[in-house]
Amino acid sequence: MAIFFLRRFSVMVVTAVCLTLVVFFLTNLYPNLEKLAKTQGNFRMTEEDVQNWLEPRGYLQPTLKKYSEWLGVAPSMRHVDDEGKIRTRCAPPGTDPEEAGDYCGILQGYWGYSSQFKEPVADVLGRWLGITGYLMLWALIVTVPIALVIGVLAGMREGSGTDRSLSTFSIITSATPEYVSGVVLIAVFASSAVGLKWFKGSAAQAMSNPTIENFTLPVLTIALFNIGYIARMTRASMAEVMTAQYIRTARLKGLNFTSIVLKHALRNALIAPFTVIVLQIPYLLTGVVITETLFNYKGVGWGLVQAAGNNDIEMLLGVSVVAVVIVLITQLISDIGYVFLNPRIRIS
Amino acid sequence: MEPLTWFGVPGDILGWPFYIVTAVFLLSVVVSLLGYFGGVAAAIVGADGPKASSNALSSRAIWFARFPGSLLVLLVLAYCCLALIQPIQDRGIAGNIFVQFGPVWVAMIVVFALAIGFKSRLGLFGKIFDSTVGMIGFAMVIFWVFTAFFSGIFDWIVTHDSLSQVSGMKNKIPGTPLKGAEEGDYPWYLLGGDNLARDVFSRMVNGSTIVITIAPLATFFGYIVGITLGLPAGYFGGRLDTFLSFLANLILAFPVILLFYLLVTPEIVQTGIPNYMAAVFFIFPLIFLTVLLNSRYHVLPAIRTPLIAVVVILGGWFYLMTVSDMDRPQPTLVDILPESLDWFDVPGGVLVVFIAVVFVNSPTIFRIMRGLTLDVKNRDYVSAAQTRGETPWYIMLWEILPNVRGPLIVDFCLRIGYATILLGTLGFFGLGLPPESPDWGSTINTGRKLLSVYLHPAVTPSLALLSLVLGLNLLADGLREQSLKD
Repeated sequence: MAIFFLRRFSVMVVTAVCLTLVVFFLTNLYPNLEKLAKTQGNFRMTEEDVQNWLEPRGYLQPTLKKYSEWLGVAPSMRHVDDEGKIRTRCAPPGTDPEEAGDYCGILQGYWGYSSQFKEPVADVLGRWLGITGYLMLWALIVTVPIALVIGVLAGMREGSGTDRSLSTFSIITSATPEYVSGVVLIAVFASSAVGLKWFKGSAAQAMSNPTIENFTLPVLTIALFNIGYIARMTRASMAEVMTAQYIRTARLKGLNFTSIVLKHALRNALIAPFTVIVLQIPYLLTGVVITETLFNYKGVGWGLVQAAGNNDIEMLLGVSVVAVVIVLITQLISDIGYVFLNPRIRIS
Repeated sequence: MEPLTWFGVPGDILGWPFYIVTAVFLLSVVVSLLGYFGGVAAAIVGADGPKASSNALSSRAIWFARFPGSLLVLLVLAYCCLALIQPIQDRGIAGNIFVQFGPVWVAMIVVFALAIGFKSRLGLFGKIFDSTVGMIGFAMVIFWVFTAFFSGIFDWIVTHDSLSQVSGMKNKIPGTPLKGAEEGDYPWYLLGGDNLARDVFSRMVNGSTIVITIAPLATFFGYIVGITLGLPAGYFGGRLDTFLSFLANLILAFPVILLFYLLVTPEIVQTGIPNYMAAVFFIFPLIFLTVLLNSRYHVLPAIRTPLIAVVVILGGWFYLMTVSDMDRPQPTLVDILPESLDWFDVPGGVLVVFIAVVFVNSPTIFRIMRGLTLDVKNRDYVSAAQTRGETPWYIMLWEILPNVRGPLIVDFCLRIGYATILLGTLGFFGLGLPPESPDWGSTINTGRKLLSVYLHPAVTPSLALLSLVLGLNLLADGLREQSLKD
């Protein structure tokens, strides 16, 4: 067991390092740095101005050197200009560069300073994660029970009328990406022209004060797509279990259908959906980015779009670290959960 | 010119019957569901509830639901016939759209007639026509394929130029007559105008050409990459498998949106990275085809050598034409083909979108292919081939691959839908394709900014995208159902 965890953990670390390296490489390509300089300085900078802006900030060092600085395994560059002013990435604006240490990276717990939001990345990211976590939590609360009920009802009598109508519903929702369902939901429920005007088409106030009026549509938008997907998986798993030998035995024994479904089939049928639900969480991220952008809900997804649009390097790295950790942890949970739920499999 | 109403004169004639039948239809669907749930609830409450009677109830309810359903279809058909014989200004918006799509309906009827006629000779494809779901899905897919084809090649169906702006038509509602229409102009904006006074209907139709070209092609390339790497990974295992699986998991761990935002930007296009990635991805079909033919014919050098030579020369030329472009502002190392031999260039924006979709799709296909290979490689026919002394590549490409085609074909349909969604996502964030491009994602993006006031510019492409993806999913479902029956 310990070896299993150790191996998984080392794979996680290697993956995280590789991914951040890729992000680092792409964000530090010269055209991107030029864009950064121009958005931070001004748009009419000449080639020379750009160089003069980038050089003291340490952007023109080799990529690997910069990456080690960000990681915290190499000392950060100190630039002393003509007036003796020290500039180092360890001293964000507002702190004294004289007192800043040499090593400041993710290993020392310093996530960098966001060039777009003018705040330490860790602060911004922490705030966003809370906001987005709340949205995702509600999306899951809505999604999981509905999807499981639909899947089980459809799968317990394969080919019946209920199965057909519920399967059609789940196929339609799983074919509707968030930007389509969001647009349609806004058109129906929030449009001031012809809609029902039950809810608001913007969730800008929902960050501080979530109400049914401004929070329903974003949650529904994320939930719809995932309901369809999870319900289809549950249905397939349920339908498979219902054809198993032991269910036939239970039927022949004279048990009624309800107790066969509830006591015998359900336990085994829910193993596969568990894995699917946990593995679906990282994919929620994509939906969250679209939904937050569409509804102007300022969480991680919205922030990612802002940071990427302005090449806010350290912010992007922070977001990708968080994303990678979420992906790898959910994979781990799904593996472990699968083993615990399914006694036929043991970790070898 | 008068503004058009939604359903015109035929709508006035058929309006009331239509409402009544729709209401009865919806009611019957609800009743059949409720009846079923009622039966279940009764069974849960009373320990051994009357199971037989609840079954009978639901089957009767299904029959009850089916009758208004067919009546509804008949009414729609009647509406279409009535619309055909009306003069143009009385047809209404729906009738005029139906008439505009005329060539598509004709082509669809021809395809369906041919396919059902030759059903028994078409293999798995013919079997779609045994399942209603599969047929509906197939109809939705070929509807968009023909729309894309006719509007892309012959410029049919569209009513106006999708890029030209007409003053006074900004954000106009569907059915608004064209201001200052001249002789020969189509007299209305059927689905209204967008915020730059362009025709929403024509943009939707032209957008289908972009989507229908890029999505299946990108999926196809993703498949070739995934198959070429997944087969050996599953068959040989060992270090190769470990390395490739790690690489695939690495890409899969990347949040798709972040990847798009990093990869599909004008800055990245400037650096030439997409061109190098294209150079890598586009070589896979060439490798695949060469290995495929070589593994089959290497015992017959008289056929093998000329065949491979033709494939390598023609394929290589085509490959270079796609990858190389001498006119680029910043030349990359892959721009080596002289201008006289380079017959077409892929615009940077399209190329980077294409590459991004291939890049996101291929790791999943790799994993599917690897899993299928692992599943099949211990079967008897593989052992038989090994005993015969066949080469590993022959076994992989000519024994294993044809035998796992069922799940691959089903997944291919689903994956085209996913690629369509990804394309839409890119457009939604304004990445890659130019902002005036009529593809559905970009149109949704421009339309959503005024969504709460003007619905039609965003809702039209949304529904178009939804119907295509839904059609592909239904088609995949029908295929899966039929392939499981064997």
